[in-house]
Amino acid sequence: MDLIESYKEELRLVRKFWTGFWIILLLFALILLPWYGKEHWVYILTLIFIFSIGVQGQNLLIGYTGQISFGQAGFLALGAFTFGHLVRMGAPVLISLLCAGLVAALFGLLVGFPSLRLKGPYLAIATLGFGIAVYQVFVNSEILSGGRMGLTVQKLPALFGLSQVNTYYYFNLLLATLFTLVSYNLISSFLGRAFIAIRDNDISAEAMGVNLTIYKLLAFAISSFYTGIQGGLYALLLGYLEPNMFTFLETISLFVAVIVGGLASVEGSILGAAFVILVPQVFSNAKHLVPVVFGVAIILILIFEPLGLSGRWLKIRLYLRMWPFR
Amino acid sequence: MSLLEIKDLTISFGGIMALSRVNLSVTEKSIMGIIGPNGSGKTTLFNCLTGIYHPDRGDVLFQGKSIRDLSPDRIAACGIARTFQNLRLFMNMSTLDNLLLGRHLRFNKNPLYPLFRIRKEEIRHREWVEGIIDFLDLQAYRSARVSDCPYGVQKRVELGRALALEPKLLLLDEPISGLTAEEKEESAYLITEIRGRFNMTILLVEHDLRIASRLSDTMVALYYGEKLAEGTPAEVKRNPEVIRAYLGDD
Repeated sequence: MDLIESYKEELRLVRKFWTGFWIILLLFALILLPWYGKEHWVYILTLIFIFSIGVQGQNLLIGYTGQISFGQAGFLALGAFTFGHLVRMGAPVLISLLCAGLVAALFGLLVGFPSLRLKGPYLAIATLGFGIAVYQVFVNSEILSGGRMGLTVQKLPALFGLSQVNTYYYFNLLLATLFTLVSYNLISSFLGRAFIAIRDNDISAEAMGVNLTIYKLLAFAISSFYTGIQGGLYALLLGYLEPNMFTFLETISLFVAVIVGGLASVEGSILGAAFVILVPQVFSNAKHLVPVVFGVAIILILIFEPLGLSGRWLKIRLYLRMWPFR
Repeated sequence: MSLLEIKDLTISFGGIMALSRVNLSVTEKSIMGIIGPNGSGKTTLFNCLTGIYHPDRGDVLFQGKSIRDLSPDRIAACGIARTFQNLRLFMNMSTLDNLLLGRHLRFNKNPLYPLFRIRKEEIRHREWVEGIIDFLDLQAYRSARVSDCPYGVQKRVELGRALALEPKLLLLDEPISGLTAEEKEESAYLITEIRGRFNMTILLVEHDLRIASRLSDTMVALYYGEKLAEGTPAEVKRNPEVIRAYLGDD
C-alpha cells in the first residue's frame, strides 16, 4: 500500500496519504474556526500558536541537542522589548519581529558559550543566572522597560475586513505553521542529525567530525531565535510590556510544555504548548493551583510516559492501526 | 611511504605514565596490529591520535603534518576515523542516520538546504551509504533504532559509521571483542576486505592474538606505555619480552 520507491519519496515531509489528509483537515478546521468558534476560543488558540513557537525552540535545545537552558524568560524579554522599541520607533511589524528573533539569537550565542564547558545541572544554573540577570536589568532600567508605566506597543490593525481578534488569529496561525515547517526541515537535515548526535554521544559526534563549538552555539542561537519571536508576538498581542511578565515562571512554563509534550518531538511541542495554555484556563477559578498542576503533571509524565503526550499519541495511533488485532 | 608517524609520544595521568616515548611508523595501505595486556596504553594511544587526549610530549605526523594539537573534529576532517572499544553509537538514531552522520563532513552545508527542505544532498549521501549497508550486510536493520539492535550488529554499525567518513586511516579499537566465533571470522574477513575495497590503512587494537596476527602485516606490542616489540606477527609473538609481559616470569 505505502511502498516507497525512491529515496526522495522517503524524505518527503508527509509520507502517507492519510497523514496528509488529516493535516489538511486540521488546517481547514483551524482556518474556519472564527466562523463557528467563540471569540474566546479564537483568542486561546492564538495564545497556543504563539507559545508553540517558543516551545519548539526550547525543544530543539533540550530535546534534540540535549543542552538545558533555564534562561528562556531572558530571551523572551529580549525579544519582546526589542520588538516593542522598534515598533515604537516606527519600524514595520515583520522587520521588528525578525530583529526581535535576531537579538535573542545573538544573546543565545553568548549564553551558549558556557555550554561548551558545562553540562547538566551546571549549565542549568549558568543559564538560570542569565534569565534572572536580564529580568533585573529590565526592572532597574527605565529606559529599557518604559518605566513605571510599562511600554505600550502599537497593536496590529484589523486587516482585510476581519475583526482584530481574527487578524491576530490568522497572523499567528501563519507564523506558527511556518515555524513548525522550519522545525521539521531542520531536524531532518544534517543539522538536526548533528544535534541529536551531540545529545546521544558528544565524544563520538566530535570524532565523526561534528564541530561541537559551532553546533552547540547554533542550537542555542536557533532556540533563542524562536523564543525571541515568541516574545515579539507576545508583545504584539498584548500591546503592553512590563518586566514582570518575564519572571522565572515563564521559563518554567516553557520547560513544562517541553516535558509534557514530549522531548524531541515537534508535534509534542505543540501539544505541550496547548497544555500549558489550557491549564490556567481550566483552573481560572483557582489560579493558585496552576503551578501545582504543572508540578504534578511533570512527575506523572516522567513516571508513566517519559515521551510525553507525543509518545502517548504514537501509542494510540499504533493501537488504532492494529485494531481489532492487538 | 609512511602515512602516520608517531614520535616520542608521551602522556601521563598524575603519576601514571600511560604512554612513554612511543615511536611508530605506519606505512600506507598496511594493517598494523597493536597488542598488549590490559592497561598497556593501546586505547590511550588511539585517544591521542584522534585528539581526545593531547599528549604531553612528542608529536603525531599524519601525511607529514602535525595533528597533535588539533581538535577531534579537525582530525576527522584530515582523514582519520575510529571505532570505540565500548560502543559509542548514537543510540536513539536509526542505523541509517548513524551512517549518515558519518558522512557529516562531506555534506554541502548550505544553510538554505535545511531551511527549505532541499534534499539533493541527503539523496546523494543516502546512495553512498547504501553501499556500506550492502557491504556490512545491514539491510535488515536499516531503519531500526540502534539501541534495539543486537550487539554484533551494533559493532558493525560502528564500523560502518567510521567507513562512511571515507578516511585514509582507520583506527579499530577491539573490533571483534565480544562477538561469537562465527561473527569474529566474518569481521576478520571484513577488515581485510576494507583495505582492498576502500584503500584504507588500518590500525587495529585486538586481544585475540590468533586473529590479530592473521590480519596484521606488522605488529606492535605495548606494555605499561612502552613499546616492547615491533615486527611481523610471528616475530612479535616469539619475542621473549612479549612472552614475559603476557605470561609473567617462569
